[in-house]
Order: sequence, then structure tokens, then C-alpha cells
Amino acid sequence: MNVAVLSALDLSIAAALVVLLALLSFRLKLGLAAQMLIAALRMIIQLLLVGMVLQFLFANSSLWLVILISMVMLLAAGREVRSRAKRKIRGPIGYGVGVGSMFISSFSIAVLALLVILQQDPWYEPRYAIPFLGMLLGNTMTGIALAVDRMTSLFHEQKEAVEQRLMLGETKGEAGADIRRDCMRAGMIPLINSMAAAGLVSLPGMMTGQILGGTPPMEAVKYQLLIMFLIGAGTGFGVICSILMIQNHLFDERHRLRLDRLLPLQPRNR
Amino acid sequence: MKEPVSPSSSPDPDQLIVSGLRFGSQGPYDFSLAPGMCCGLSGVSGSGKTLLLRAIADLDEHQGECLLNGISSSAYPAFEWRSRVALVPAESRWWHELVGDHLIYRDGEKRAVDLLVSCGFGAEVLNWQVQRLSTGEKQRLSVVRALLREPSVLLLDEIGSSLDGDSELLLEQMLMDYRRRRRASILWVSHSPGQLARVADTLLVLHPDRLEAVQEVSQNQFAQKNQEVSP
Repeated sequence: MNVAVLSALDLSIAAALVVLLALLSFRLKLGLAAQMLIAALRMIIQLLLVGMVLQFLFANSSLWLVILISMVMLLAAGREVRSRAKRKIRGPIGYGVGVGSMFISSFSIAVLALLVILQQDPWYEPRYAIPFLGMLLGNTMTGIALAVDRMTSLFHEQKEAVEQRLMLGETKGEAGADIRRDCMRAGMIPLINSMAAAGLVSLPGMMTGQILGGTPPMEAVKYQLLIMFLIGAGTGFGVICSILMIQNHLFDERHRLRLDRLLPLQPRNR
Repeated sequence: MKEPVSPSSSPDPDQLIVSGLRFGSQGPYDFSLAPGMCCGLSGVSGSGKTLLLRAIADLDEHQGECLLNGISSSAYPAFEWRSRVALVPAESRWWHELVGDHLIYRDGEKRAVDLLVSCGFGAEVLNWQVQRLSTGEKQRLSVVRALLREPSVLLLDEIGSSLDGDSELLLEQMLMDYRRRRRASILWVSHSPGQLARVADTLLVLHPDRLEAVQEVSQNQFAQKNQEVSP
């Protein structure tokens, strides 16, 4: 069975719905019309570019090219994690937390899956490597960004309570324990919910795509399970990595809470 | 500055020595606290009393040294230094639901209950919800919480400010008992000349560049001093 080929007209009809929504929102003064259109335009351009890059990549399977593209994706994801936090960490370590956690959550997991589970020849076969990495990056980023945002905000909000615990002779690990637990929860809950709802409430995107592409449902389910396990583990490891890095950075070697290592809030930035 | 507040010339092994302490643009400050001594600390608002206590407790970056038992704070693990040199802040913070969860019972629950009773509570307070405590109750309980950890030095930051007269006296009594029993020294920041006259053996007034020792503890003289430094 072949995929139904989409024509430009087919896509225009779907896009018209978004334009209609923007018009309605503008008419009812609900806001967001401009942002919606800009986001849609960005998506069109980005996806078209990615499509071209992938087409080129699949035609020229080279390890260095795969690594180069992976790095670009990884750095972009790290930057995105940082930009989503309300209170950002000052200096290069602010990017380091994002990139480091995304490396653990996506890059290392993707390499493991390619080498041990998928075992294509060559192992970096772009047709598997890039979609896997992209799927992992996109899906683990939400959890990690939530955890990072929550952690810096909580340390800021609960400065007095954390310092009170330090005054009572607790270590930085003990004084930050409640906050760490809270952030682990914030980072993992969306994923746990989506695992619990998968198949009942929603058909996962990748499985839907494969079924539309003609894969037998049971095969699509197996791939979906594989990717969900990887996303789940990746998110967890990535969240833990980000929590430990932030904890380590916001206290100094004398176990003092160092909120001067956070950037002050920039009121105009959302 | 004049002779530090230590009364004896031979250094006691247990005494807290602060030497050349600087933080922000303030200092250097030098003084020492002999075991069992209670020293009042005063100064106009914004003169940095809280910052001085925080620097001694090693909660903020600072230059200079604080020594206990002749050992510099930097040679202790940070948490151990802070459990020996305990800062009780003006506004206490609580993170568990029940009061009892914040207290540690090194010598069993009896010691905690004794302390609670000595500052006017009953044992049932252990099961009280922190949320329902008044500011004054929190202040008294935060002192109990600190004392249960048996510190050698107490740094008290205006802990009596929300208390009525009777509770204040009970709290002072509890701290004086602890000081005698444990031979602990106390650095007590207070705006109340009456309170300092009751509890302090010596008085210091904090200035941006020095600590002024007020030799004789008398309520009137201290009140005068306080007025002099007020703008």
C-alpha cells in the first residue's frame, strides 16, 4: 500500500483552517492571531528546509554529516531549554545545563538504540538515526525544560526556607531535597500521563504516521513502544542530570545558596 | 577599636574569635566571645547587623576569619560549622506540615518537651500545624528548634520582636538556662535596650568600619549610645 500523495491544494485547505482561526481570534479580540500566523509560517519554512536536508542526507549517507546535523539539533535543543526557563542561569553553564541534559536524554539514548537495538548497516543509517534523535530531542525537551524552569524558580522563591535549613546545619543536598523531588515530578508527570493515556485517549503521532504510511498496526505498535521506552528513560535521565547540575551550580563549596548565579528577571521577555 | 569583649587575656579553647571580618564594603571587624558570654549587638537599621551574623554563620561570601576551638570556619565542613554556630533569623521558615517534624530529638523526645514547656508550650505543640502558628509562636519555636541541635554559639537576630512581655521573658530565661548549662556564647541583635540590659554581659554597637564596645551595661547608657548613632 502506498501513501496518499498530498498536493499543494490539499495542504492549502488545511492551512486555510489556521488562517480562519487567526481571523476569528482577531475578530473576537482574543489575541494571539499574529503569533499564531508567525508560528505557522516558521513551521512551514523550517519543515521544508528539514525535508530538503533529509533528502540530501539520505542520498549521501556519511557519518560526519550525521554527526554535524545531530550537533546542530542538540545545540538548538539546549538553547531552547534555557530560553524556556523564567529565571535563567548566568553564563555558559546556563547553556551547559540544557545541552548536557539533552545530550544524556537524547544523544546517548539514540546512539544506544542504533547500536544495540536497530543494528542497521551502517549503524548511523540516516533514515533511522535522524528521526530517532529528533523524536527523542523533541519529546524529552519538554520535561527537561519544565524541570529546569521549576528548579531555578523554586530556589528563588524558597530562598529563605533553604537558607533556614542551612542555618540548622543541613548540607546543600538535604536543604534542596524537597525542591529536587518537586522538579523531578514536574519533569516526569507529563510523560507518565502520556504513557498512561497512549492508545486510549490518543494515538501517538509516530504510530499514526507509520500506519498512514502503510505499516501493519502491530509493527507500528512495536516501534511506538520502543520509542516510548526510550523517551521515558531519556526524559528521566535528562531531568536527573539537569537537577544535579543546577543543584551543584546554585550552591558553592561552602554550601551557600548562590542566587547571584541567576540572571535577574527581564520583564519584557514574556 | 578598644579591647575586644573577651574578659580574660588567655584565649579559652571554646571561644569564638572573629578576626578581620569583611563583607560588602563593611569591616574589618574583630571581636571574640568567651564561652558562656552573652554579647548584645546594636546599631541603626541598615547598619549590617544581619549581614554580620550571616557572615559569621558562613552563609555569605566574606573575607577574614572566624575561629571556634582555634579552628577556622573554613576547616570545618560547612554544615558542621553552622550546626555549632547557629543563626536564628528574625523571620523563621518552616517546610514540613507539623511542628514536630522540624525538631530533632537527639536525646529523646523528653528534652524537646522540656524546652517547649520552658518557653510556655505544652507537648501537644509537636502535632500542631505550622500553618496555624502565630508569628510570635513561630519565633519561640524556632529558638527551640535551634537549641535542640546543641550549638556552642548562638547568633540571634531580633528574635523577640513579635513577642508580648511574658513570652519575651520566658524566651530570655530559656536562652539563659541553655547558655549556663551548655556554656554556650550568644551574640544577640536587639533593638530593645531593656532586653539587652537584662541578658547581655557586654554590648557592641555596629558601625560601617568598626565595632564599638560599650563597657558598662546599663539601660540608660545604652539607650544614649543608640541615640548617638541614630541619624
